[in-house]
Amino acid sequence: MSEENKKIDEFSGVETTGHEWDDIKELNNPMPRWWVWTFIVTCIWGFAYMFLYPSWPLINDYYKGYLGETNRDRVHAELSMVAQERGQFSERIKSMDLEDIDTDRELHVYALEGGRAAFGDNCAPCHGTGAQGFVGYPNLNDDDWIWGGSLEDIHYTISYGIRGVHDDTRLNDMPAYLRDELLTRDEIESVATYVQSLSDKSVTASSEGQNLFMDNCALCHGEDGKGLREFGAPNLTDAITLYVTDRDSIVDIISYSRSGVMPTWNGRLDEATIKSLAIYVHSLGGGE
Amino acid sequence: MAYQNNPPVVNRLAQSLTTACLAVGIILAVIIAGKTSSGAMQFHAFIIIASFLVGIIAIFNLGARINEDGLEASPSGVFYNNTIVKYGVIASAFWGIAGFLVGDVLAWQLAFPVLNFDLPWTNFGRLRPLHTSAVIFAFGGNVLIATSFYVVQRTCKARLAGEIAPWFVFWGYQLFIVLAATGYLLGITQSKEYAEPEWYVDLWLTIVWVVYLLVFLGTLWRRKEPHIYVANWFYLAFIVTVAMLHLVNNASVPVSFVNPKSYSAFSGVQDALTQWWYGHNAVGFFLTAGFLGIMYYFVPKRAERPIYSYRLSIVHFWSLIFLYIWAGPHHLHYTALPDWAQTLGMTFSVMLWMPSWGGMINGLMTLSGAWDKLRTDPVLKMLVVSVAFYGMSTFEGPLMSIKAVNGLSHYTDWTIGHVHSGALGWVAFVSFGALYCLTPWLWNRKGLYSLKLVNIHFWVSTVGILLYICAMWVSGIMQGLMWRAYTDLGFLEYSFVETVAAMQPYFIIRAIGGLLFIIGSLVMVYNLWRTIRGDIADEATPENIDRAIAAQALGE
Repeated sequence: MSEENKKIDEFSGVETTGHEWDDIKELNNPMPRWWVWTFIVTCIWGFAYMFLYPSWPLINDYYKGYLGETNRDRVHAELSMVAQERGQFSERIKSMDLEDIDTDRELHVYALEGGRAAFGDNCAPCHGTGAQGFVGYPNLNDDDWIWGGSLEDIHYTISYGIRGVHDDTRLNDMPAYLRDELLTRDEIESVATYVQSLSDKSVTASSEGQNLFMDNCALCHGEDGKGLREFGAPNLTDAITLYVTDRDSIVDIISYSRSGVMPTWNGRLDEATIKSLAIYVHSLGGGE
Repeated sequence: MAYQNNPPVVNRLAQSLTTACLAVGIILAVIIAGKTSSGAMQFHAFIIIASFLVGIIAIFNLGARINEDGLEASPSGVFYNNTIVKYGVIASAFWGIAGFLVGDVLAWQLAFPVLNFDLPWTNFGRLRPLHTSAVIFAFGGNVLIATSFYVVQRTCKARLAGEIAPWFVFWGYQLFIVLAATGYLLGITQSKEYAEPEWYVDLWLTIVWVVYLLVFLGTLWRRKEPHIYVANWFYLAFIVTVAMLHLVNNASVPVSFVNPKSYSAFSGVQDALTQWWYGHNAVGFFLTAGFLGIMYYFVPKRAERPIYSYRLSIVHFWSLIFLYIWAGPHHLHYTALPDWAQTLGMTFSVMLWMPSWGGMINGLMTLSGAWDKLRTDPVLKMLVVSVAFYGMSTFEGPLMSIKAVNGLSHYTDWTIGHVHSGALGWVAFVSFGALYCLTPWLWNRKGLYSLKLVNIHFWVSTVGILLYICAMWVSGIMQGLMWRAYTDLGFLEYSFVETVAAMQPYFIIRAIGGLLFIIGSLVMVYNLWRTIRGDIADEATPENIDRAIAAQALGE
């Protein structure tokens, strides 16, 4: 049937195939040359690649490829190259004291650079890319340290964390005065006023508030309210706070306490990286 | 040539059998509703009970309508089933808008995370599969079902096989969409990309899909033409392969008959490979082969020109079908997937380049002799641009499958841009073209309400697509380069959060592009609605201008 229906298309002068569906006809054009040749070339390239690299599955094994190269080999080679390049630095950082690293110019530069990179991927999500901190996550650029700002202190905090999983983790527990029924609501209000007065001279506190502070808070925060690093008790007399400073928040913290967590990095990061981080954080401005 | 056709009749046996099956389904759903401890599954059981009850009533209504009222044959003497295609056109437009809207919400969420509203139902994680399923399966699927039902009837000169079966496919598929979509929002997912619905929804889709295959094959079987048209090869490849992909990738064991959760039959890297064998071929056979079927009918029909090369269509069809199925592993370059599978995934993807382009060449060259129509027919312009986007993204795909390129592009926004140049430029535009053609044909209108509005739709959406893909190219390549930037001492230059922050401007551009695309689609919906109502806008179409000049010449 199709033989007798073949017609010549007026526009192109090409013969149709003689098929017709719902007024749609087909021209009997050859396949474009360039199309055929490009197809052949991609096939040749494809099979050549299969010949050179691991490709076809076999019954118990697979064809390893003429070059015998694999992804894993390449990754191992690249990683060992990096390890070799960094090896001398990281070995020295691992074995030397923090103070000595800090004074060795070459090592100091290397540790700062490594610390910066490690900070970006491990610490920045909570402390911010500029270490500026967020509510509940301390700013690391200032000199107001909760647990201490010497190289050793910072190194210890990073290694073991705060309320982390390690046995040596930094740990404290501020009582929740309302929830644990240690103080009444009214008493908390007056302590809060006293705490406010420590950093804000315009607020005057009652002697009741002061007495309650001395009985309940001074043990950790100190009689002058300047905090004690041994207990990780923050200084309450400056304008720098981990949480917010408005009165409601102070009442809330005294009533229910706070216990933020910093992870234990020992075991997650290698020692050279932790030391580099300590040097980097120490260098940010507040290091002691 | 006139063909002898009998008016269609709804078979009594088919009516009773389908009713019996739906009744069994209702009983099962009642048992599940009573025994399940999952509120979401119970909700699904109630939806199933309600829709099956409506289904039973509809079956007898359909019998009364067709057997007693009778139908009118088309001029060629065939009793085409046009009503179902009309429903498909409306469903396509509806789901399209829904899917595009959710997509743009997601785009804004990425730019401004506060828009997640901290609610489980509006969270990015649940809305994202809602968007992908709505655009691929709800919009794309309905366009494919509607156009395949239209094209297979016209090119076979035969009425769609079965009377109840096509309606079962249409409504059954809508039920699948509703179950899948509400499931995502309520937190039911098997966490396989593009195959998120759980086991019972998968089973339902399997039944619907097998009936779809039978309807399609049955219509081909009845054909009055000696040959099968190329569009139908592509539709058939799409239906058969999607059935196979769906069955294999969703092989899983439910926790129990009354629990929505199931565990995959595969684990580890086998699971990953099966998933991407499915995922990539969903692109290949759903979004490429199926829509090439649309292209092969609507482009020559609209351009009123013969298909450029029969030989090319044969060779590119078979090479596309054969090569596509191997390409999935390129989604897993540089992972735990064995090297040999990665090599095959990459080489087959590169060899796939020309077979994909065969469709583009046949589509574009079909216009030779009709290029002038692009000036006057914005619908044809839309179809042609869709083929151009098809060519672009099927070049980009093989390029990105090359391991060295993939090392830069993988996991970045470049992938999102690539997908959307295919999805918006190719799939959606060719679908819009088909909807613009079908609406006047099905509702017996002289033409569309307004070609000017089609032109506005075309330009607004094209600008939207370009903003989208250019923003994603820039942000994707920037992201890839930032991830691999090292300092002199060999440390990473940027932290991950810095790369995220750097992308925000491009996220905003992308969201604006998406918004333009939606505005264009809404213009289309308005235009289609006015066309269905039978309105014709009074505007300066070429015909009107010709008519005015002629009238002036005659001194009227």
